[in-house]
Amino acid sequence: MPTNALDVSDLTVAYKEKPVLWDIDLTVPPAVLLAVIGPNGAGKTTLIKSILGLIPTVAGSVRIYGRPYKEQRKQVAYVPQRGTVDWDFPTSVLDVVTMGLYGTLGWLKRPGKKEKKLAMEALEMVAMQDYAHRQISQLSGGQQQRVFLARALVQQAEIYFMDEPFQGVDAMTEKAILRLLKDLRSAGKTVIVVHHDLQTVPEYFDWVTLLNTRLVANGPMEEVFTEANLEKAYGGRFMQLKATARALP
Amino acid sequence: MIELFNNLFFDHTLRTVALGAGALGIVSGALGSFAVLRRQSLLGDAISHAALPGIALAFLLTGNKSALVLLSGAAIAGAIATWLVTNIAGLTRVKYDSALGIILSVFFGFGLVLLTYIQKQPNANQAGLEKYLFGQAAAIVEKDVLIMAGLGLVALFLLFLFWKEFKLLSFDRDFGTTMGYPMALIDFVLTTLLVLAIVIGLQTVGVVLMSAMLIAPAVAARQWTDNLAIMVLLAAFFGALAGVSGTVASSTISRMPAGPAIVVAVSFLVVLSILFAPRRGVIWQRGRDYLLRQRFRALGGKKDV
Ligand SMILES: Nc1ncnc2c1ncn2[C@@H]1O[C@H](COP(=O)(O)OP(=O)(O)OP(=O)(O)O)[C@@H](O)[C@H]1O
Ligand SMILES: [Mg+2]
Repeated sequence: MPTNALDVSDLTVAYKEKPVLWDIDLTVPPAVLLAVIGPNGAGKTTLIKSILGLIPTVAGSVRIYGRPYKEQRKQVAYVPQRGTVDWDFPTSVLDVVTMGLYGTLGWLKRPGKKEKKLAMEALEMVAMQDYAHRQISQLSGGQQQRVFLARALVQQAEIYFMDEPFQGVDAMTEKAILRLLKDLRSAGKTVIVVHHDLQTVPEYFDWVTLLNTRLVANGPMEEVFTEANLEKAYGGRFMQLKATARALP
Repeated sequence: MIELFNNLFFDHTLRTVALGAGALGIVSGALGSFAVLRRQSLLGDAISHAALPGIALAFLLTGNKSALVLLSGAAIAGAIATWLVTNIAGLTRVKYDSALGIILSVFFGFGLVLLTYIQKQPNANQAGLEKYLFGQAAAIVEKDVLIMAGLGLVALFLLFLFWKEFKLLSFDRDFGTTMGYPMALIDFVLTTLLVLAIVIGLQTVGVVLMSAMLIAPAVAARQWTDNLAIMVLLAAFFGALAGVSGTVASSTISRMPAGPAIVVAVSFLVVLSILFAPRRGVIWQRGRDYLLRQRFRALGGKKDV
């Protein structure tokens, strides 16, 4: 049996006393493009952050490619939600992307020519090379998103965790980002994406995790992305969504 | 003017004080930059106010009034205050800014009580602690400057050494964690350096005004550049400039204490920077808006847009 890219078992997370994730068991095979979906407050961001050790867990363990997460950090790349940093920070686009290499650089070593070159290549992959020396406050939302993507690409990881990378980007950028994610999957990488737009899920992804505090379903698109499961995850809201979708031209 | 420069070079006391104030400005400007970027300006204020009971207790426990002893007390109290603020905000429902406010006023109030108590002691040795309220630059001697410069060099060296790590912490702490950096430890080191910078300034500027020396040079420097390294260097320069010019001003105006003069000088730099800096300055932005509107109107646009 080939090793799973991601194994989460018995994961439970609570803020203060309220449980936000309850007993999540999740396995993800390698080389899939996975959508994590669920209503607002379902715990999608929390799931990613707790897998990455950014928030304390009540219980649970995480294995990446068969080994504990702590030993596998170099295999993991992370694209946080855009709004989590101060975009008025005095630094340039190239500098932010170079931060993706701090993990391999290690303590005290400064990024040099080699790192700058790798960062430039990552910027070219997201078509942002012309902005390399811009101050980051002079970027649009979609450009900020692409800078964060480039920072993750430069990490040369095996598994990518992305929190809403399509949030607030225009249709062109969305297509470009999608192309990039599909290329990663073709290269054998595993890409885990928190996604909000149910309409595009079947078209973009090949694996789905449905979440609402508990794990509702997890598996290949055609098996899991069913009306029954969606209703379980979204409850009454799903019916409303469907009605709205039908009302659209 | 020439006389002023003569004094600065040949008047031993003035030179000592100016050197001390300059060193203080460099260190507080550099470290204050990180405090401002991390939105921790108020933490600096809380730490410096919290230093007062540390100074008083250090004197009560040791009976010693040497700067090294008192400033050690200040550093310990500052560290305890920081630890309390973090934990109150983390473990209770009290918000971070409220925790800061509580710790600042409780520590400072307690410090004032201790100070009053010390002054009522029938002991010839008791006088002089109140100079830590607003600073007393004139009382600074060569040995103090050496201590300040020594501590400052250590702080600046560590800042240089961990530059990359501090930048990562300030911009995207979570991302650093995912790469395996112990961000809590890095935070601890940076905050310790902040405490050190505050302690260095207490003799000259005092606990009440010290936070201005952290915040003001950094705010002024941010106006002129979009590059972190340049911002830190510029803030250090502004801090030193304010330190030296404030000292000189206080030496020429009779009964003018140096601490407040330094703070006035640094505030002046802030006002200048906020008004006149290119791109981020108020006048620049107003002017650009005006020109845009003119051009729009010239193209035949409507007046109110
Ligand atoms: N720092 C926090 N402290 C307390 N509760 C929190 C915190 N962060 C999130 N929560 C709660 O945890 C639950 C899950 O939040 P989470 O951000 O993981 O949801 P999400 O699925 O990402 O939602 P969205 O679609 O809105 O991004 C929510 O009910 C939220 O109120
Ligand atoms: Mg979220």
